[in-house]
Formats: sequence, structure tokens, C-alpha cells
Amino acid sequence: MRAKLMSLFLLGLIRFLTGAQARWYGCPPKAEQRIYFANHQSHADLVMIWAALPHELRGITRPIAAKDYWTRTPFKQWITTAVFNAVYVERERSGDEDPLQPLFDALERGDSLIIFPEGTRGNAEEPQPFKAGLYNLTCKFPEVVLVPAWINNVQRVMPKGEVVPVPILCSVTFGAPIRLAEGEERRAFLDRARLAVVALRDV
Amino acid sequence: MNQYLRNLTAEQQVSALFIIVFGLLFLIHFTVFMLSLRERGDSPQAEVINGRLTEARALLRTSWAMVIVFWVGWASGEGVATALFAVIAFFALREFITLSPTRRGDHRSLVLAFFVVLPIQFWLVASKHFDLFTVFIPVYVFLAIPVVSALADDPQRFLERNAKLQWGIMVCVYGMSHVPALLLLEFPNWSDRGAFLVFFLVFVVQTGTLVQHLVSRRWPRPPRAPNVSQSFNWTSWAIGVLTGSVLGGLLSGITPFKPGQAMAMALIACVAGSMGHLVMKALKRDRGVPNWGAQGHSVTGASGLLDRVDALCFAAPVFFHSVRWYFGA
Repeated sequence: MRAKLMSLFLLGLIRFLTGAQARWYGCPPKAEQRIYFANHQSHADLVMIWAALPHELRGITRPIAAKDYWTRTPFKQWITTAVFNAVYVERERSGDEDPLQPLFDALERGDSLIIFPEGTRGNAEEPQPFKAGLYNLTCKFPEVVLVPAWINNVQRVMPKGEVVPVPILCSVTFGAPIRLAEGEERRAFLDRARLAVVALRDV
Repeated sequence: MNQYLRNLTAEQQVSALFIIVFGLLFLIHFTVFMLSLRERGDSPQAEVINGRLTEARALLRTSWAMVIVFWVGWASGEGVATALFAVIAFFALREFITLSPTRRGDHRSLVLAFFVVLPIQFWLVASKHFDLFTVFIPVYVFLAIPVVSALADDPQRFLERNAKLQWGIMVCVYGMSHVPALLLLEFPNWSDRGAFLVFFLVFVVQTGTLVQHLVSRRWPRPPRAPNVSQSFNWTSWAIGVLTGSVLGGLLSGITPFKPGQAMAMALIACVAGSMGHLVMKALKRDRGVPNWGAQGHSVTGASGLLDRVDALCFAAPVFFHSVRWYFGA
């Protein structure tokens, strides 16, 4: 109940501030198992994609959250689990467990994911080179559809270090899905994925 | 009939006005609907007619939206009407800022603009501090915003960024705030009928713009400033402004002005509105966009709210001050 109210409040707030418009350029909003990957500029990115998805997709799509940051306080933990239904990942490799294991579990259960392959927030015009997670995920689950997304303008809403957001219209552009080609190398695939995201900026 | 109308209370008169406006809109909508039902085939003439009907339908949709918004604002009382216009100004400013590139150093100034300046300006309107509300943005905010920006320690393109922000605040917040201010004006023998003044202003300006647009399309002439607007020429502008003025003179009955005065006020409003629209056109061209909204498919997600209200944002302050200073309200 509280989670529902909080999610409605966050939705309203993000729409009031940024509009959170979704532009389904390359594919329709279908309820199939997908991995959305996007550029990462601020904390508001995850809320932005989440708000841009239609109601039916929002329930089955889980963003990933860095475990060390988002479990620090009970409030943060509650928000990421109850409201966003996030998947926690360890950013630092500790122990023998594959850091991507929680993602594998989620995909096995049939959930869709939202990931930011840059790994961390950037503040340059272009996204940084993608890390290997996306490649590993698609190798293990080849039938999951990979959808690139470009989150526009959101770095102006709340730049690093600021607390109060500025109302600026933002949009999320979803592009055509990409697939891992036969025998494609990891670096080549990740660069191609990155270019797919950047290409959506000018659409 | 006239006597009957004059004997109604102010509230009943404004309600009657809304009934007439809704009725007219409904009639026009019905006509357009019936016209669009007719099968015309595929000739190029039919294409043109169908295009015009689609345009008419889009115009009707926005007209319905505007009239309903005004009606809700008026029916809910002065406070709600002012809050409603504050929200409209918020969304318009949001659109304006989205398409004006800002830098990291502008963040504090932007926060100030949206969350301090805008509420204060509209609070000044609601509490009828008309003298302070006139100078708050041009004097105090004009000084304060660049100071905050200077303290943010980023001199790159400083003048340009601050000028853009001040412009945005002037057009979206200052201009828009004069519409509810009109609602709250009181004249010696004529009070609580501010809604008529707003209606007068909006109707006259929109009709003038519409006539100008239609005339420039029907009798095309070389554009005066082709880099800014392909359709603007002095002839169509003059006809549009004159039509608006005559219409204003005809509507003088609902205003506290005599017909001659109403015509003069309408002339001022039309000139300000149409010239303001041209200025915003130039701004949009500079930014490289044809419209702030671009039919809702632009990358920013802007819906074109600013396109609809920009003439009003320019006309309202000029009209408000002309009325206030000339009539001493």
C-alpha cells in the first residue's frame, strides 16, 4: 500500500518535473522478455526509464541497483525493493560468486531488466565504453530481446552534486533491438551496442 | 434583451458568456464534423480540403482545451484561477528552458526561477499587489539571477546564458501572470467581471492572429522577413489587427470601456500579440525548431504549449498596463 502510494507520488513528481516522455522509435512496447540498456548520466536515469514505460511493462521490468549504495539506509532499501523491484548487484567482485548472478536469476524467472552498461554515471557528451555485462548476459540468454535506449537531457535536471532538480523536459527514445551476430567478438558487440544507443540521440 | 442582460449579477453575466462561448464552439465543432463526414474522393482539391479540415479540428481541440481551462479557473474562484495560470506558466517556462542550452553553472539560477520567482510573482498577483508585481521581475529578479549565476563561478557565455534565462522568465512568467491579474482588476463601477476582460483580450488577439493567418494564405504576398517567417507581411498583419480592433469595438458592451476606447485597447492588444508572435518565431528559428512542440514527436517531448500562448504572453502585459494606467483601476 505504501509502496503503491510512493510509486504514484514518484511518477507524478517525475512527470511534473520532466514530462518523462517515451518515444518508441524502433520497437513497440511489447510485454516480452527484454533487456533495456541506456546511457547513464544521473541518479534520475532509472526513475526516468521506469516512468517512461507503460503501466503494464513497469510491473515486469526490473532495474538494477548497486548493492553497496542502495542498501545503506532502510529507506533506500525499501525504495529499491518495494517500489522499483530492483535487482541488486555487487559492484566490487568479492568472493567466488559471479557479480552477474542476480541478473541471471532474474532473467531465468522471466523478468525484463534495465541496465546501464557504462557501469557508472558519466558526464561527457557521449557515453563511456560499455562494460562486459551486456555481452555476458546475451551469451547466456540469447533469446532475450536487447533494446537500446537514449535518455535525453536528464543530466540537466540534477547534475552531480546538486540536490534540487530543475524542471526540464526529458524523453527516453527506445530503438530497434540488436542481436549478437554469429561469432561476434565481445568488444565489437559492445561497441556496436554503444553506437546503437548514441544513434538514438539524433532521432 | 439588453436590459435583461444588464440586470443580471456579475456572476450570472460571466456564466452567460461561457454558455455562449461553449455553444459557439459546439456549433463549430459540429459543422466541422459534418463536413468531414462527406466523401470527397482523391482529387488534389479534396486533399487540400481534408488538410484544412484537419487543421480546423486541431485548432478546435486547442480552443476547447483553452476555454475549459478558463472556465474551470473562473468557476473555482480567484485563488484557483491564479494557481492554474501559475501551472501553465510553469509548463511554458519548462518548454522554453528545455530548448535553450544551459550549463551546469545555471542550475542554481534555474532552481531560483522555477521555485522562487514563479511562486512569488503569482502570489503577488493573487494578493493584488499590482505595483510590486509590475516591477518584481524586471527590477529585482533581473538583478538577482545574474548574481546567483556569477557566484556559480562559470563565466563562459555568461551574458548569453543569463539573457536567455531572463527572457524566458519575462515571457513565460511575467507575461502569463498578467492574465490572472486582469481577472482581478477592479474598476469604479465595474468589478468581479475580470473574466470578461480576459475573454476580450484572448478573443481579440486570437481572432486577429487567425485572420492574419487566413489572409496571408488566401492572398499571398512576398514575406517581409523571410528568414523569420514565411507568411508574415504588412498587409495581412494590418488586416488582422484592424479586424481585431473592430471586433474589440463591437465587444465593448462587456467591458468597462466605451466603443472607441475598446477599439483602441483592442488595437494595442492585437499589435502587441502579433508582434510578440513574430518575435517568438524568430527565437524558434534561431534555435532551429519550427515549433516548440514539433507535433509532439520531438526529442524533448515538448507539447507545444508555448506555441499556443506566446501571443497572449506578449499582449497581456501591454493590455493590462494600458487599461490600468488609462482607467486608473
